[in-house]
Amino acid sequence: MINQLLASRRSLFLGLVLLTFTVTSCLGLAKGSEPNVTLIGSGATFPAPLYQRWFSEYNKQKPAIQVAYQAVGSGAGIEQFTQGTVDFGASDVAMKDDEIKKVKQGVVLLPMTAGTIVIGYNVPDQKTGLKLSRKALGDIFLGKLQKWNDPAIAKVNPDAKLPDLPIIVVHRSEGSGTTAVFTKLLSKISPEWKEKVGDGKAVDWPTGVGGRGNEGVAALVQQIAGAIGYIEYGYAKPTKIPVANLENKSGQYVEPNTESALKALATAKLPDNLRVFITDPEGEGVYPLVTYTWIMAQKQYEDKVKAKTLKEVMTWSLTEGQKLSEEMGYVPLPQQTVEKVKAALAKIQA
Amino acid sequence: MTAATSNADIQPRSSTDKLLDQSFSRLTLVCAFSVAAVLVWIAIVVGIQALPAMQKFGLGFLTGTKWNSAKETFGALPMIYGTLVSSLIALLLAVPTGLASAIVLSENFLPRSIRTTLVFLIELLAAIPSIIYGFWGIFVVIPFLKGIGTWLHQYLGWLPLFSTPPIGPGMLPAGVVLSIMILPILTVLSRDALASLPSDLRSGAYSVGSTRWQTIFKILIPAAFSGIVSGIMLSLGRALGETMAVTLVIGNSNDLNFSLLAPANTISSLVVSQFSEATGLQKSSLMYAALVLFAITLIVNIWALIIVRKVKQ
Repeated sequence: MINQLLASRRSLFLGLVLLTFTVTSCLGLAKGSEPNVTLIGSGATFPAPLYQRWFSEYNKQKPAIQVAYQAVGSGAGIEQFTQGTVDFGASDVAMKDDEIKKVKQGVVLLPMTAGTIVIGYNVPDQKTGLKLSRKALGDIFLGKLQKWNDPAIAKVNPDAKLPDLPIIVVHRSEGSGTTAVFTKLLSKISPEWKEKVGDGKAVDWPTGVGGRGNEGVAALVQQIAGAIGYIEYGYAKPTKIPVANLENKSGQYVEPNTESALKALATAKLPDNLRVFITDPEGEGVYPLVTYTWIMAQKQYEDKVKAKTLKEVMTWSLTEGQKLSEEMGYVPLPQQTVEKVKAALAKIQA
Repeated sequence: MTAATSNADIQPRSSTDKLLDQSFSRLTLVCAFSVAAVLVWIAIVVGIQALPAMQKFGLGFLTGTKWNSAKETFGALPMIYGTLVSSLIALLLAVPTGLASAIVLSENFLPRSIRTTLVFLIELLAAIPSIIYGFWGIFVVIPFLKGIGTWLHQYLGWLPLFSTPPIGPGMLPAGVVLSIMILPILTVLSRDALASLPSDLRSGAYSVGSTRWQTIFKILIPAAFSGIVSGIMLSLGRALGETMAVTLVIGNSNDLNFSLLAPANTISSLVVSQFSEATGLQKSSLMYAALVLFAITLIVNIWALIIVRKVKQ
């Protein structure tokens, strides 16, 4: 009896195994027409909302292609890309020459979008464009300017009623490309900042509290009365935090928007390696805190299908994808730049 | 059944049985050693990575107050201070509360059904992910403590501990959030220690005429002391190493400030904040800081062992 039971069980098991094989092989055949490709990328948090939107939109159009993007930070992005654990990397600070040398397959730097960094603030009854002079901005982050009603702020905002409230600086607690861009500007406009603090992805902040990520800074600025902090515009936009008009090198107070950001991008010519930093741009109506952000791809991929797919996805992002940029709070690349990046994309061998 | 038949049932064990027994005991041995080996391994890897920073800064790392990656000078004193003080605040708040609830839950002050429910709820506290504690800290604890902090600064501002006006995130909220996070471990372990005492102790104490008060504080707590201390030490270990919740509420300022109302930082929060973007000497310094945290936990544990031994004598 027991033996009989065992025997029937065994045949059932065999049947199941056979069935599994047939099903999988059938699926395999079905797949054959359009192969599933998954690309994995990691890096900067700054453009992450836009990249994730792009890749999900692309996936809707071509369900066989999936691009997974992990916002782990620019530094980690460069490292993972160099080690070859991801298909592409992303960074707000373009890879340096010695970093590029470490990648055997070669590197193509692709500026994919540009972002504006805004100075968000939380001052009761000040809902729109407070003006901040270059000196005031430097002194606030140095901790020298401590009250919102300080003459240095009041002088350029004659119509604003500024409260007797301490200024609380909010900065990033972790290393970040956003911090690197912001501290570069501070080093340019304040010699004291350059000497005492310097620039980098993480610096020794003279004052203030640290929030984790752009979203952390935005949350703290919203919560603390008297707070001021730098936030990537894409993160600040949905929160409706009031943002400051900054004084540019030409002495104008400029509101951060797509137009003023594009003007800033226009001040710097993209060299052939597509690596350019726009620090303290000069000119009419130029907003001073704008940066490109890059995707790093290998020049040669072992897997030709991956290379081809990557080129397709990036081409789509540079053309159709740019239409989503403004809505997400990023700066759409000018047509000229797009052509240059497409030319760089062609260097990837597929 | 007689004794003779039951003796006959015992057969000499076969060699396969013996082999199985032996291999099982060896397997357990390997498991036990591998736990220790993993610990040593982690320490070695962290140590090797920390080597460049150790060579550069030496012991000055422990007293340095600047953490500046742009200038490549790294000192961990503000973070060491932050780690110790935030954990100390957590213990100061959690030990009395935890011990009190352990006593209530192990004595028969309340009907059993209510006690079981309470124990379950306290254990549930331990199951909440730390990120949730962090967000709860931001949106509930920080606004709540702001009023208290303002009062403390206004009336006790002459004390260095309250010398800065509260701005929201800081050492005090971090300590309070930590205290709630460690409460379940502390309470449950202390309760278990108290509940597992032999009932003779209690009846003996009553029979020589002790009051309930005397029984609890003179007999039961000293008898369960080693269990309670190990509960405290385990919870301290969690407080020292807690990362996510702390990094959200402590303010992440790497400046040394004695005020509890000012933003501060802890070692684990520093490491989690900076590690992903760190390279070269900064990465090595973070490893060094992690090694310091390792050493602090080791010292705390050894210290706990010594206390328990002394009390037992």
